[in-house]
Amino acid sequence: MSRGSAGPARPAPAFDIASIRRDFPLLQRRIHGKPLVYLDNAATTQKPQVVIDRVTQFYVEENANVHRGVHGLSQRATDAFEGARATIGRFLNARRAEEIVFVRGATEAINLVAQTHGRSRVARGDEIVISTMEHHSNIVPWQILCEQQGARLRVIPISDAGELDLDAYETMLTDRTRLVSIVHVSNVLGTVNPVEEVVRLAHARGVPVLVDGAQAVAHRAVDVQALGCDFYAFSGHKLFGPTGIGVLYGTSALLESMPPYQSGGDMIRSVSFERTRYQDPPWRFEAGTPDIAGAVGLGTAIDYLTAIGLERVADIEVELLAYATAAVSRLPGVRVIGTAANKAAVLSFVLDGVHPHDVGTILDREGVAIRTGHHCCQPLMDRLELPATARASLALYNTREDIDALVTALHKVRELFG
Amino acid sequence: MTSDLETLYRDVVLDHHRRPRNFRRLADARTAEGSNPLCGDRLTIYVRVADGVILDAAFQGLGCAIAIASASLMIERVKGRTVAETRDLFERFQRMITAPPDAPVDDLGDLSALAGVGRFPVRVKCATLPWQALHAAVADGAGVVSTE
Repeated sequence: MSRGSAGPARPAPAFDIASIRRDFPLLQRRIHGKPLVYLDNAATTQKPQVVIDRVTQFYVEENANVHRGVHGLSQRATDAFEGARATIGRFLNARRAEEIVFVRGATEAINLVAQTHGRSRVARGDEIVISTMEHHSNIVPWQILCEQQGARLRVIPISDAGELDLDAYETMLTDRTRLVSIVHVSNVLGTVNPVEEVVRLAHARGVPVLVDGAQAVAHRAVDVQALGCDFYAFSGHKLFGPTGIGVLYGTSALLESMPPYQSGGDMIRSVSFERTRYQDPPWRFEAGTPDIAGAVGLGTAIDYLTAIGLERVADIEVELLAYATAAVSRLPGVRVIGTAANKAAVLSFVLDGVHPHDVGTILDREGVAIRTGHHCCQPLMDRLELPATARASLALYNTREDIDALVTALHKVRELFG
Repeated sequence: MTSDLETLYRDVVLDHHRRPRNFRRLADARTAEGSNPLCGDRLTIYVRVADGVILDAAFQGLGCAIAIASASLMIERVKGRTVAETRDLFERFQRMITAPPDAPVDDLGDLSALAGVGRFPVRVKCATLPWQALHAAVADGAGVVSTE
């Protein structure tokens, strides 16, 4: 259990890919008798042994409920849980750990903002601005809010390359705009959106901005103060952490102004049948026993990633994405979907005459795991006039050999389908 | 090429995918749409029925090789059959593609080309999509069938 010890990880001297791959037990497995080539990281990432060990260690040595026990074990569990919150705060460069709210994932984070900030600030005739490239989780919560409040959803158009139309965006910002909610990195196109610019234009009109960072946090350093955003959402499982835990960052000023989300234990200061007083943020938004082990595991995942260094990860992934894009583009009848100038970690493509579902099945038998379908972005698929795409998505443990295996498997698809 | 893939993508299946038969719009027909939203498959089935007999059928749409080949093979097979016979055939077809690998199954003629789907459980819904749409078209003549 020596690797499971908490605390800051030591800086790694060099990017040793072989050693990094050994940290992930699942990458050593075979699938259909072939070595696993895992290129579905936008769906979820694999977990390093340190995270698996840390979750186990919590249950073996520290398990108790948080924030309520007088006994020593409860204090240890609380320290571990709140320690993870502090780690995440530093990771995002939040001003205070109290700006970090634990949720189940990016989806719940967005729903939380829609049903607290949204319900209390959005009125009939008001507008919410999103973009064409949003995941369903950054569309549907706003549709529900608009229906509840009589508000309207405005959608920023994109170019054929998959870049936001910032001029159109600027004209959409009016005195009726109450919130802008935008994806940081597109899960289909790989586009890295100019979030600073999106925030600058919104703030010029006093409009707060939520950034969906689900596809960003594992691939580049995120500094919420530099971005200037008011809310930032992400899921732990796409960041080498456990499933079931995620994060909503919100500025203290906004979080303090928001009514509770779910209600019950742990989110109250005092309860009587006449009147209940709520906790301060972030605990106001964390009703019930949280995913304590998940939060602790996520803290360890962040320590792991930070020790490798996100600047280094970003550089390596950009280089690998360029290699993959060139290699896949060379295949006959392939069209890359999403050709923005600034991209991260995602390569979507279609093959002439072969449905992405067939591509996915054949690749799977070669040990290559990719995702096919609409990727929870049906409005984007309609804009692209495509029923589906095949998507290879990278993480820090992927190599050129993985890309070569993808290309070899794609040749097999061509052989079979002609 | 592994043998599993060869049993899924048999020559007959690939041929019906490349050159789907009865791939057209049929006028004055009952229709139903079948869709697998997650995969992006969307097929429209057209069928003309008189006195409980399928006189003619056709289809159009987008889909994976399995969905397209299954629709093409199905339509060739059901033309001239009664609605009751078609229902029975669908039940036997479903049994064939959900049977454990190497279990004995009925010989369903050309439809047996799709028996390899059984080794790919996630693809079963691709093969059954056109059949479900056909039954919806025969039953009420309009509507959208979803397998999800």
